[in-house]
Amino acid sequence: MRLDLILRIVSKLVLPFMLVFALYVHFHGDFGPGGGFQAGVIAAGMLILHGIIFGVGATKRIAPQGLIETMIPLGVLIYASTGIPSILAGLNYLNYAVFDLHHPSHGHHLGILFVESGVIITVFSTMVALFYAFGERGRE
Amino acid sequence: MEVAVVAVLLTLLAVITVVIIRQRSLFGVVILAGTYSFLMASVLIALDAVDVAMTEASVGAGISTVLFLATLYLTNSREYPVPRPAAIPLFVALGVTAVLIYGTLELPRFGTADAPIHKHAAPRYLEKSVEETTVPNVVTSVLADYRGFDTLGETVVIFTAGIGVLLLLRGRRRRYSAETGDEVHENEA
Repeated sequence: MRLDLILRIVSKLVLPFMLVFALYVHFHGDFGPGGGFQAGVIAAGMLILHGIIFGVGATKRIAPQGLIETMIPLGVLIYASTGIPSILAGLNYLNYAVFDLHHPSHGHHLGILFVESGVIITVFSTMVALFYAFGERGRE
Repeated sequence: MEVAVVAVLLTLLAVITVVIIRQRSLFGVVILAGTYSFLMASVLIALDAVDVAMTEASVGAGISTVLFLATLYLTNSREYPVPRPAAIPLFVALGVTAVLIYGTLELPRFGTADAPIHKHAAPRYLEKSVEETTVPNVVTSVLADYRGFDTLGETVVIFTAGIGVLLLLRGRRRRYSAETGDEVHENEA
């Protein structure tokens, strides 16, 4: 792996673009194809490519394992708590109209973004955590 | 034109399936399965299901190929042929195929606009999505807003599956001492 100069340089060039593409897929998901799920997988793909080329140890210094494993339940928590303001306002659970009472449609747009953020966090961290777990087994 | 493209892609899918069945090297099987996913993503693009195509390409061809390769690294990458009588599996496979084909006979023709599935809730979503959510991509508004409960469930499924696999992969690391029954921590070593 040390000697694969071309792979190392090319992946260094590609990695930031993969992350930007993942964020584009996430934030542009309301207008074009994609959304939190696809974006999370693409972002996780970026870290996994980094791990394959530079070693899992180097990747864990960028994205510590503890942080990644905390993000798995955090995403579900963000999603589930998005619905709580609407219950407090007397609406149905996960009715996003509550986020902008004057223009309910804008509230819906915001709510979709919150919910998708929960999805991207859980999907991204689950995929990376699985990759780390496989890497750990290999070292024993 | 589109029919020709889909026909070529589906033929390639069938060829790859046969090659995967006959392949003994599991490394080859994993790579071919990744190719299968990419072709499937192309078929989905030809069917105008871009969101699903994106998921298939990233999950099917990307992540699962990596995880399969990681598994092969931990195990053996060659499949040992086990001699088994082929008659019963063949009978079961043919029987299931016949039942599935029988099941499709009553379905509306592929791609017809007046199929029941396009008449129930779909027109309502298509007409009202931009008005109610300002989101032009109806897939996103259905997924995250109209069917928000389903997507919450899906996220919880990913969470549960991830935690389950992590526990399975890590489970071996915590051992109990044979004499005292105390937990032996190997993680600090």
